[in-house]
Amino acid sequence: MKTLRHFATATAILMGATGLASAQTLNFAYDADPVSLDPHEQLSGGTLQLSHMIFDPLLRWNAELGFDPRLASSWERVDDTTMRFMLRDGVKFHSGNPMTAADVVWTIDRLKNSPDFKGLFAAWTSVTAVDDLTVEVKTDGPSPLMLHTATYVFPMDSKFYEEGGPEVVKHGDSFASKTVSGTGPFTISEREQGVKVVFKRNPDYWDTNSPGNVQTAVLTPIKEAPTRVAALLAGDVDFIAPVPPTDLERIEADENSKLVTMSGTRIITLQMNGGRNEALADKNVRLAMVHAINNQGIVDKIMKGFGTTAAQNSPAGYLGHNPDLKPRFDLAKAQSLMAESGFPDGFSATMMCPNNRYVNDFKICEAAAAMLAKINVKIDLTTMPKAQYWPKFDERAADIMMIGWHADTEDSANFYEFLNMTPDAETGRGQYNSGGYSNAKVDELTIASLTETDEAKRAEMLQEVEKILYDEAAYIPLHWQDLAWAAGSNVDIEPVLNVMNFPYLGDLVVSE
Amino acid sequence: MHIIAFLIRRAIQAVIVMFVISLIGFSIQDNLGDPLRELVGQSVSEAERQVLRDQLGLNDPFWVQYARFLGNAVQGDLGTSYFFKRPALDVIMAKFPATFELVLGSVFIFLSLSIPAGIYCAINRKSWLTQFIMSASILGISVPVFLTAILLVWLFGVELQWLPAFGRGETYTMPWGWETGFLTWDGLLHLILPCISLSSIMLPLFIRLIRAEMMEAMGTDYVRFARAKGLSTPRVRYVHAFRNTLLPVVTVGGLMIGTLIAYTILTETVFQWPGMGFLFLEAVNRVDTPLIIAYIIFVGFIFVVVNTIVDFVYTLINPMVKLPGAKS
Repeated sequence: MKTLRHFATATAILMGATGLASAQTLNFAYDADPVSLDPHEQLSGGTLQLSHMIFDPLLRWNAELGFDPRLASSWERVDDTTMRFMLRDGVKFHSGNPMTAADVVWTIDRLKNSPDFKGLFAAWTSVTAVDDLTVEVKTDGPSPLMLHTATYVFPMDSKFYEEGGPEVVKHGDSFASKTVSGTGPFTISEREQGVKVVFKRNPDYWDTNSPGNVQTAVLTPIKEAPTRVAALLAGDVDFIAPVPPTDLERIEADENSKLVTMSGTRIITLQMNGGRNEALADKNVRLAMVHAINNQGIVDKIMKGFGTTAAQNSPAGYLGHNPDLKPRFDLAKAQSLMAESGFPDGFSATMMCPNNRYVNDFKICEAAAAMLAKINVKIDLTTMPKAQYWPKFDERAADIMMIGWHADTEDSANFYEFLNMTPDAETGRGQYNSGGYSNAKVDELTIASLTETDEAKRAEMLQEVEKILYDEAAYIPLHWQDLAWAAGSNVDIEPVLNVMNFPYLGDLVVSE
Repeated sequence: MHIIAFLIRRAIQAVIVMFVISLIGFSIQDNLGDPLRELVGQSVSEAERQVLRDQLGLNDPFWVQYARFLGNAVQGDLGTSYFFKRPALDVIMAKFPATFELVLGSVFIFLSLSIPAGIYCAINRKSWLTQFIMSASILGISVPVFLTAILLVWLFGVELQWLPAFGRGETYTMPWGWETGFLTWDGLLHLILPCISLSSIMLPLFIRLIRAEMMEAMGTDYVRFARAKGLSTPRVRYVHAFRNTLLPVVTVGGLMIGTLIAYTILTETVFQWPGMGFLFLEAVNRVDTPLIIAYIIFVGFIFVVVNTIVDFVYTLINPMVKLPGAKS
């Protein structure tokens, strides 16, 4: 026993010593590592997080949901359909090539050929280099989301990629999926997929004002949440995300770690299919169901406070967020609405939910089913892993289905386009509207909002859509999932975090 | 010469087993989910997904897909992983050392503990230590591996901070490319908790098995006769009795390899151990069908190899046993 204790002390000293020597090394753990080094291969949070480390966007979101200039030092709107981006001078890629307007044009062309990103850039009809440091973008109509979209442009080293192989390959080996030359604060020095990625600071980084002092960053994917938390508490890693709701208290109680949470932008909803189940076509039934769901209860009990109750798609800060809309749990009202409906004695409905896609997804569905039972809606619930869930979702295989959504554009219209507009296989609109809800006014306002550049008018349109969806009980909004990160107390993580969940690790300061 | 005939027969058997597994794997792949969902972002249109599906050949009829797979498989190509974008077999082989060392470590633990403990319990039936070991083993069998693993992480990794909580740590690459954790101090420290977790299910089982077999052997005529002949107690116990308990132990051990592989999936997941089991679970989550099928075929191969080894070991332990198919 005594030797064991000596051994433990020795290990502790050893671990402490290494910790001291590598003060500017950041060991961090996410639930997954990037699928590819190609920033255009897959549109996902993981890809964008990586892009912010090895590339820089033209401009990026700041914590107040505004835009900060990055590789574009400024921009100006020439007319309703034209925007000019002035590029920063003297920026070099990791390969040593200078970054010019030609690279930006090349990158945008490449984005327009990526199956994942082309949708975002569909409105950008022409992109030209006016001179070495000016890029002009023309859109097919007035575009209010020009700057939102520009946050997705991470200029790539066109010479470097043209030599190695420029294609975007979704499946299979490609040059760009393994090799990288960007402008970002880090380069990749080692990568073993699924095991670790080692980032080294770019010594020639253009942003000399960046306070960031991390010289080496090591990303280890740790899939299991308890293991990830244990790794942080044990001091094996300095920064983790996401943090599961069950461990929030434990991290807060730990004096060597700190927790940062933020109200997120991913809305969790239940969609009701009136086409499959006639009861759900009855507005009073839908209203009764919305009134029967105790959002606050779900957030408090199941999410452990790790969520913000929602009555609409758009989170606060989005243009479409309508401050008048409040969660409306009221069981008595729900029962009376049900009595007034065409189904006073209740009905049965099927429900499907994923069990590994959203935080506590299946528990939320179980709770919702129990709540609906109180107004005599008998739910037959099936839960399944996301791999099986998505094909079912595409088939519209149940009367009630769960869907969570985060707007890639950080704009309200994106919610309506995918979740609430009349499904149309041609345009792809309403692709995730499993309930088949259809309202001409919603369609019209959403489409109009996509070309409305007057912000006040646009806000009015978007908020009206929220109001219609609310009054019609088009779907059951539950909550916005909170975001949580945890770090060692010497890692000054707060300033680099944002609601998009793109930690700007290039600017991260780690103290001794 | 019958050893060569035996090996050839086993090789044919292995091919048949792997063929059947591949057929089963292929026929269930549609139920594993839609790989396209994992390959593209949320807002990619259905039309765009269909184009990709066509490119991957996923819209071809079952027999066309299977024939293409078999054609490649006979050339040693089991398909390309969607996620790793490398040949599935290469990906699995790259993860094999980690799993092999984990299994080796836990086999070492449970053999070095279960044999002495089993013998002790068989000889000293009434001692308090026996009582304790026997009740502890019941507990050990009943607690699921992932729970044991999480408890170990919590106790030794988080609370006491004696041992690392996840991963393989520092590894040493052998000249032939095998990455080993046995040769570095850090690698050994990282092996301790996962190996204990993995052995936690086998250890109690083997203790009970060895005890039962040993007790039976101790009561047989040849043991009594050996005693009567005046042989020393240790010789009677460890040579005459123990050797005869080994046969059933090896049989069960061979069968348990399957269970052990199943439990590497759980253990590796909890410890973020970069081995085949964790790889498999991830592949299932990502609907990486080529990798899933390659994994189950590979595991089928391991089963055949292990059973072949078990048959050889029989003949070593008991010369009266003949290899299956040998002329008596």
